Amino acid sequence: MADHLYGFDTLCLHAGHIPDAATGARALPIYQTTSFVFDSADHAASLFNLQTFGNVYSRISNPTVAALEERVAALEGGRAGLAAATGMAAQMTALLTLCRAGDHLVASRTLYGGTYSQFAVTFAQFGIDVTFVDPDDPENFRRARKGNTKALYAETIGNPQLNVADLDALATIAHDAGIPLVIDNTLASPYLCRPIEHGADIVVHSLTKYLGGHGTTMGGILVESGKFPWDNGNFPQMTEPSRGYHGVRFYETFGDFGFTMKARMETMRTLGPTLSPLSAFLLLQGIETLHVRMPRHCESTLAIAQHLSEHPQIAWVNYPLLSGNRYEALARRYLPSGASGILTFGVKGGAEAGVRFIERVQMLSHLANVGDAKSLVIHPASTTHRQLSEDEQRAAGVLPEMIRLSVGLESLSDILWDLDQALNNSQ
Amino acid sequence: MNITDDIAGLRRILTRYRSIAVVGISANWYRPSYFAAKYMLDHGYQIFPVNPNYSEVLGRKCYPTIAAIPESVDIVDCFRKPAEMVPLAHEAVAKGAKVLWMQLGIRNDEAAMIASAAGLDVVMNHCVKIEHARILGGLNWAGVNTGVISSRRA
Repeated sequence: MADHLYGFDTLCLHAGHIPDAATGARALPIYQTTSFVFDSADHAASLFNLQTFGNVYSRISNPTVAALEERVAALEGGRAGLAAATGMAAQMTALLTLCRAGDHLVASRTLYGGTYSQFAVTFAQFGIDVTFVDPDDPENFRRARKGNTKALYAETIGNPQLNVADLDALATIAHDAGIPLVIDNTLASPYLCRPIEHGADIVVHSLTKYLGGHGTTMGGILVESGKFPWDNGNFPQMTEPSRGYHGVRFYETFGDFGFTMKARMETMRTLGPTLSPLSAFLLLQGIETLHVRMPRHCESTLAIAQHLSEHPQIAWVNYPLLSGNRYEALARRYLPSGASGILTFGVKGGAEAGVRFIERVQMLSHLANVGDAKSLVIHPASTTHRQLSEDEQRAAGVLPEMIRLSVGLESLSDILWDLDQALNNSQ
Repeated sequence: MNITDDIAGLRRILTRYRSIAVVGISANWYRPSYFAAKYMLDHGYQIFPVNPNYSEVLGRKCYPTIAAIPESVDIVDCFRKPAEMVPLAHEAVAKGAKVLWMQLGIRNDEAAMIASAAGLDVVMNHCVKIEHARILGGLNWAGVNTGVISSRRA
């Protein structure tokens, strides 16, 4: 008899957490402990040898963190997950499990700035070479691939350009080369897009954004699809005896979650960017309402985009699902139920008008984050990108007058009121 | 053909049956067959190692064939190549086993037909350890999507 398939909303609330035998606690307990006692010397040996599943030390695994890992893996339709202290740590853990010095990656050039720096500066120090390409033509990834390329990397929705990736095309190019497609799905969240359904092999998230959803807690995660053939000859570290874990062959031993086990037992265990149990609890509490929050984020954002596009003080509005947007067709294909809660717009009057607008908002919060339940606004040219020249800013997709708005869950009429009064006072 | 692949069916097999012949077991502690046998032993199952190359594995007498095991066997757990599954299916039937279990990466429809026709449950391409941990607890500690949703105490 086939197993009952639970819906996405139910998974948001239940996946990964069964009431424990000891207490029956319905809410997820916070296992605020560094270490776990062994039953016996033999039990300890079995745990260290990975012959039995269990917890040893919270840098490697922890029951509260594991509940979060299973929940996000379930929401993404993946086989297994590994949480990390931040989104940056999660993508680093994924990519350092795939790559070593002398290897190569091909990545979108419209990545989040922190990711760009991680790849271009830090990975370069490790001897990992990254080629950045214009993602609007997926064939650019194929052209940039080399013999030592270990993965393709892109974001479902780029930040701050809000470009949408052609996931099916990227997956085909990656699989033609026998390498995995790694997708940062942070801005979409699995409610809006599940990249594994489009061929992605590894999905990474900053949980800090929509999954946590309340701007309280840093976290990240990697999720493995369980479908990549790691024995295709390109990843000997998955099939040969592990130097990092006394001879275990991760793909043979753990099969379709072998990549996650390797990432956990080698990369996470030795580099140590672990998520804390308390953070996992707070992030999981946010995920329990993901399916209620995301539709509202999307509805309000589309309404604001339409309002602003008719506003006399607005030069332009960028939101993928806005009629006439250059990514509208890709958004309708990959993000049919909404293109997330972030839009950018240009205030007439250039950078000075942008700064005046920011100084006059009363309820929208001026800060450098996205995906909060509260509405957030920032003028990138005078903040996150101020160290760049105007030409460099334009190359990064940041125009002098550009405002980025992360639309929260407040009354739509109040968000519109604050935008209008700030715009009217910025001229 | 009676292939068991669902949570309820696997749970029934893993809770009803207690003795396992581990065919093709390795004596090297880092091999998957040793892992699985050690895990099942630790979880209260009776383990009969089967491998003509060893006299003893996991502190237990190792038998050259399934037929040589002097006691009854519920589950014949196969760590051998797919091409060797048909003779193993016949041996499992002859032994009176209840389940022919082909490990992760192993499929053989003919062997499955033979065992199924004789009334055995058949599991293919699954690890007995991973399925036990997935359904009866433990695998969730490794961040794996177990597919198990329940409001009952574990």
